[in-house]
Amino acid sequence: MNGAQDLGGQMGFGPVAPEIGEPLFHAAWEKRALALTLAAGAMGHWTIDESRHARESLHPVDYLSSSYYEIWTKALEVLLLRHGFVAREELASGQVSVAPTTPRRVLRADMVPAVLAKGGPTHRDKAGAPRFAVGDRVKTILIHPAGHTRLPRYARGKSGVIEMRHGAHVFPDSNSHGGGEQPDWLYTVRFEARELWGREADPNSAVSIDAWESYLLEEPA
Amino acid sequence: MRALETILVAKGLVDPAALDAIIDTYETKIGPRNGARVVAKAWADPAYASRLKADATAAIAELGFTGRQGEHMVAVFNDAGTHHLAVCTLCSCYPWAVLGLPPVWYKSAPYRSRAVLDPRGVLAEFGLVLDPAVQVRVWDSTAEMRYLVIPERPAGTDGWSEDALAGLVTRDAMIGTGVALMPGSRNAGAVLP
Repeated sequence: MNGAQDLGGQMGFGPVAPEIGEPLFHAAWEKRALALTLAAGAMGHWTIDESRHARESLHPVDYLSSSYYEIWTKALEVLLLRHGFVAREELASGQVSVAPTTPRRVLRADMVPAVLAKGGPTHRDKAGAPRFAVGDRVKTILIHPAGHTRLPRYARGKSGVIEMRHGAHVFPDSNSHGGGEQPDWLYTVRFEARELWGREADPNSAVSIDAWESYLLEEPA
Repeated sequence: MRALETILVAKGLVDPAALDAIIDTYETKIGPRNGARVVAKAWADPAYASRLKADATAAIAELGFTGRQGEHMVAVFNDAGTHHLAVCTLCSCYPWAVLGLPPVWYKSAPYRSRAVLDPRGVLAEFGLVLDPAVQVRVWDSTAEMRYLVIPERPAGTDGWSEDALAGLVTRDAMIGTGVALMPGSRNAGAVLP
């Protein structure tokens, strides 16, 4: 979706402001937000793709005026509500009043090292062969889906070159909406800066994105 | 946040000890020192550098760094004519397994909007002004591949141990918003970045 999250190429946010001696967390609640997001995700009722879509579905004003841990927390509430783990009145009152969905799994402390060390690999076996080879010229599709996609606006309808192949990976555009993993061939595609940004752009820079085969069309030589 | 945690704990959905264990992992066990060890080994050991180039996930796992937000790694190597820069324009994808949790600026709109549009301008804001002849390669992490920039090895470090070399590798050098420290830098071996 063309939400506030799709920031590549937007203007007006000012200079990057690296913080000297930046602490890992800026407040105690941020630690709990990180841990709650991971522990609730470990219940196994939503995917990282659904989480990302919940974050980008925040109102653009809300998204852009929230810190990243605030974005995580607001999206976590959406996910907990959607999947029946909390009720709106509980979030308002802070009091438990409704029995939750039974979780598939509860992350216990002794499971944490193994769960974090395993992560959530998205590579999947897939029959057949990828359509494109390294060096092939491709063009990205021009889409503006209402749902989740990982094809950023600045790279839609653009010509590039296949730079790497990564096998088949879970396809976020379906997985985020309960459509299953539908693994698709994943590539890294390189675009010259002038293709993305026009003739005034730096002639000596390029941007690469990771793109699933469904985002790509063959570009005639 | 406390109210939400209280509700989830009262319902038996999260274990407070697990929350503490997650926080402890990212405060004490996983951080940019992991990535610095990967870079130092790549500098010191050409065979390791070759493995890192061919299959970064496996080469990084050799050092014990695996898992969440590092499941699928790609290492990109700077050289005299090329400078690499990693970003996630769509969210905050970052190679946690080797760099830990991302800094606030990495997740913020100024960096995410301009790293792809004006990378040289962004680098200049970090104090890094590149010769126009040096090509800038930006890697937008739009899937689950995570990019680790391998900075150039500083001159004057022949024969250095991997531990000493690791002290020159900053977090920002592994994102691409910096370069490795020079030997004798007063920051060498100090707290990253």
